[in-house]
Amino acid sequence: MFADFDFDVILRSLPYLFYDGMTFTLTLTVLATIGGIFFGTLLALMRLSGIAPLALLAAGYVNLMRSVPLVLMIFWFYFLVPYIGQWITGGSRPIQVGAFISSLVTFTLFEAAYFGEIMRAGIQSISRGQVSAAQALGMTYPQTMGYIVLPQAFRNMVPVLLTQTIILFQDTSLVYVLSITDFLGAASKVAQRDGRLVEMYLFAAAVYFVISFAASQGVRWLQSRTAIVR
Amino acid sequence: MIAIDQVSKWYGSTQVLKHCSTAVAKGEVVVVCGPSGSGKSTLIKCVNGLEPFQEGAITVDGISVGDRKTNLPKLRARIGMVFQHFELFPHLTVMRNLELAQIKVLGRSKEESDERGMRLLDRVGLREHARKFPGQLSGGQQQRVAIARALAMDPIAMLFDEPTSALDPEMINEVLDVMVALAKEGMTMMVVTHEMGFARRVAHRVVFMDRGEIVEDAPTAEFFGQPRSERAQTFLSKILQH
Repeated sequence: MFADFDFDVILRSLPYLFYDGMTFTLTLTVLATIGGIFFGTLLALMRLSGIAPLALLAAGYVNLMRSVPLVLMIFWFYFLVPYIGQWITGGSRPIQVGAFISSLVTFTLFEAAYFGEIMRAGIQSISRGQVSAAQALGMTYPQTMGYIVLPQAFRNMVPVLLTQTIILFQDTSLVYVLSITDFLGAASKVAQRDGRLVEMYLFAAAVYFVISFAASQGVRWLQSRTAIVR
Repeated sequence: MIAIDQVSKWYGSTQVLKHCSTAVAKGEVVVVCGPSGSGKSTLIKCVNGLEPFQEGAITVDGISVGDRKTNLPKLRARIGMVFQHFELFPHLTVMRNLELAQIKVLGRSKEESDERGMRLLDRVGLREHARKFPGQLSGGQQQRVAIARALAMDPIAMLFDEPTSALDPEMINEVLDVMVALAKEGMTMMVVTHEMGFARRVAHRVVFMDRGEIVEDAPTAEFFGQPRSERAQTFLSKILQH
């Protein structure tokens, strides 16, 4: 089966695959993760705030984002973001955004819903006694959240947040539908140009696997360093 | 110092506090006891506003706890509270537990907070554990740190909600000793506890609660010697057997 394999095609395209493709994939993953966790935490706080309009708004947003396929979101935003930008800035014409910005906005907003639910579970797992102790010391709501609840919630949720990040890392390949050159897109282009589909797709799969696995191991190490001693 | 006047509280349609009235004068130590579900923990949590109440009034050092205009965090910073399950912050070291509220709530410098923290750790006999995490300490040690954490805020009064109920018997005394020393220094204390030995040693008054009501409120000697109400008598006979 491997007799006809042309591994050379992989070696020749490595620079293109990694400089062009992987940098895009990793950049999008990292930025969408950071943005997603930030807005997700905000969503979680809104849902748990006890202020009905905020809670309903956050719940509605999460439900919407989780009901629609990501690939559909990617299309929507690609066509919508210029108009949203025009509306926000009050411009006369739709704002030109590149495919990268559009996909970054899409992924951040989409992942915020998922990260938000993870953070909500994390916040709710912190016992009420911790909040009582913080309040008894005179801490305000922002102080209680910032110094006591969120640090613990975040640390407790690291494994789940990581799982979601790995999913996001793999989902970035969906930008294929916008003809953006992420890692999979790059592998695909080389495969079609050189007629070496099997080699390229096998290689791409192997790379995704190695990175995902390494990330899991990395976070296990991180957990052992930052775990709360109980 | 603490005045509780006709306080009533409902959880939904269940009344958990019924017209409770009592007071704790400056320098006084009042023990609140009673069977499970009598509302003693609920009452003490109303004193610093951790639990809201629907009727009546509570004032601490003249400030009304129930008033919507009261700055509750500011008031709470002046009242220390010790919880049944210690509630130290597990992700922070012992020293950080002690200094955090001093720095962020009282605005003290880190040096001053650390110095006070160390002095208090010394006082409760835990100086060498400053860099440890709460998870590395025993229950009795954690509770002593919790007392130090509350004292670090220089409170005008201390509230204790069953401070030894979650401790193994051999650790109860180390915590009670700290509380006795505190009482002898003249701290105003309101203590919910089952430890009648402690009450007899330092309490000025004992308040007995049952089913949301304050049934008896008498000086210690009188409470133990001649309890007026039948419910208090029954309770005492059960609790003093072991």
